[in-house]
Amino acid sequence: MSKEVHYGPTDETQARGEPFSGDPQGGAGLEQPPLQKLPLDEWHRGQGGRMVPFAGYEMPVQYEGIMAEHLWVRENAGLFDVSHMGQILFHGANVDAALETLLPAELKLLGDMRLRYSMLLAEDGTIIDDLMATRRGDQFYIVVNGATKQGDLEVFEALLPRTTVVDHMREQALLALQGPKAAEVLEAIAPGVSELGFMQGAPFRAVGHPVWISRSGYTGEDGFEISIPSVAVQQLADWLVGDERVKPIGLGARDSLRLEAGLPLYGHDIDRTTTPVMAGLTFAIGKRRREEGGFPGFTRIREEMLNGPAQKRVGFDVDGRQPVREGALVLDGEGNEVGRITSGGFSPSLQRPIVMGYVASHLAEVGTSLKLGQRGKLFDARVAPLPFVPHRYHRKGANA
Amino acid sequence: MTVYFTREHEWIRIEGDTATIGISEHAQESLGDIVFAEVPEAGRKLNKGQEAAVVESVKAASDVYSPAAGEVTEGNQAVADDPALINRDPEGEGWFFKLRLDNSSDVEGLMDEASYREWVKTL
Repeated sequence: MSKEVHYGPTDETQARGEPFSGDPQGGAGLEQPPLQKLPLDEWHRGQGGRMVPFAGYEMPVQYEGIMAEHLWVRENAGLFDVSHMGQILFHGANVDAALETLLPAELKLLGDMRLRYSMLLAEDGTIIDDLMATRRGDQFYIVVNGATKQGDLEVFEALLPRTTVVDHMREQALLALQGPKAAEVLEAIAPGVSELGFMQGAPFRAVGHPVWISRSGYTGEDGFEISIPSVAVQQLADWLVGDERVKPIGLGARDSLRLEAGLPLYGHDIDRTTTPVMAGLTFAIGKRRREEGGFPGFTRIREEMLNGPAQKRVGFDVDGRQPVREGALVLDGEGNEVGRITSGGFSPSLQRPIVMGYVASHLAEVGTSLKLGQRGKLFDARVAPLPFVPHRYHRKGANA
Repeated sequence: MTVYFTREHEWIRIEGDTATIGISEHAQESLGDIVFAEVPEAGRKLNKGQEAAVVESVKAASDVYSPAAGEVTEGNQAVADDPALINRDPEGEGWFFKLRLDNSSDVEGLMDEASYREWVKTL
C-alpha cells in the first residue's frame, strides 16, 4: 500500500510532509532543521495526540480521529492549540497609518478592540500572508500564520517606518475554543466573554493570568481565540478539557472544518500567485482604501476589481464518494485545463467530497458543469456556492 | 491456510490456489477514518506488485498493491459500499479482493504473521 498524505492543514503552508513509516523513500535525502516544540507538546502527547511535523513544529494532527473530532466541534466545543501562529504587537506614532501601507484594510477607522481580517500584500498584488488585526488602544495586535511568520516579520521590519515598533510576542501561547458550546464553557472561567460580538476582543483574567480573548476563529462556528502566557497555557488547557463539553481537536479536523466553512488556507488556496480579487476576498479591502489605494499591488487590484480577475476561487460539488484533492486539474467539456484544485477532501458533516479551487472567470458561475482530473481519472463536478456548511458566527443583534 | 504480510502493509491469505487480500490493522490505524474504497472487478488480471485497489481516508489516498499475480475472482462490494468496514475489521470482513493465484511461490519472501507484528512494532 502506498500512502500519499494530505494534512493540508489549517492555516498554513505545510512546511514538510510526513514520511510514511515503512516507506524507504520517505523523506530520504531531505536536510531539515530540527522541529520546534509547542509549549503544550507534552500535554498533547498525554491526550493521545498523534504528532506530525507542521509549519516547523511538531503538532497534533488528531487525537481520537478526524471524523469524530470534526463532528464534536460542530455540536459541542473543541480546543485547538494554535501556538505555532505568530502573535505580533505593533506600536508607535500613527501605527494605523503605517500598517495601512502594507495591508488593504480600513485600519484608521477600526474601533478599539475590533478585529479585521486582512492580508499582507506584495507589490504585484499577490498575497504574502493572511492575518487578523485588532486595535488594542494605541497598539495593533496581529496574528499571522505559523509557517509564514518569520517572512512576515522580515517584511514588517523592512518596510514599516522606524517609528513603528514590531514586537514578536514569543512568550504568548494561543488557544482556540470553537463550537456552539464554546461561549457557555468559557464564560465560567472568563466571565463576560459571552458579551463579546463576533470579531471583537477584550482583556480578561483566567487561571490567575492576564489573557486576551477575541470572538473569532477559523471553523465557521462561534468561538474564541485566547492569547495567554506560555507558562499558564497548560493550566488553561487542563481546565478547558476538564469540562465534558470540550475535547482537544487536531490539525486534521481544523482543516476539514475550515474547508466546509469555505475559508481559504494560506499556502494552498491563497499564495504568491493569487490576489485578493481572484480569491474572492475583496470584502477585506476597505471602502476608502479602494478609492485611495496606498497599499502594495493597488494598481493590479483596482484593475481586477473594475474588469474582473482572470480566475476566481470557487467551490465544487463532486459526484461520487472519492475525495478530489489539492493538485487536481479543472477541465472544460473539451478537456482543456481551465483551473486547478487548491483544497479538497471528504466533508464529515455532509458525508461527501468537497473541493475548492480556481477556475477561469467565465466558468465560475454557480452550477457550471466541469470535470476534475486526478491521477488519470475524471470526476463530474459543478461549481458550488461557498461556504459548503453555513457559518454560525455570533453576530450581535442577530442571535439571542 | 496461511497469511503473509508485505512491507507495504497488505496481507494475503492463501487457501489452496486462491488468495484473499486486504490491508493490515496497522495500515487502517495509520490511515484513520476511511471514506472511500475501490476494489478490482472479477476477471481482472494482476501482476505481482501491481496497483489493484484504492483506499482513501479523510487525510490520505493510497493504492493497494497485489502481493501476488493472478486473476481477480471477486472484489469485496461490502467495503466499496461501507468503507468504514475496513477500519472496523481490516483483517477480516474488510478484505479487498480474492485472486486465483498464477504461482503460489509469489508469496515466498513475504513476512509471516509473527514477523510482521514484530516488525510493525519497530516502525
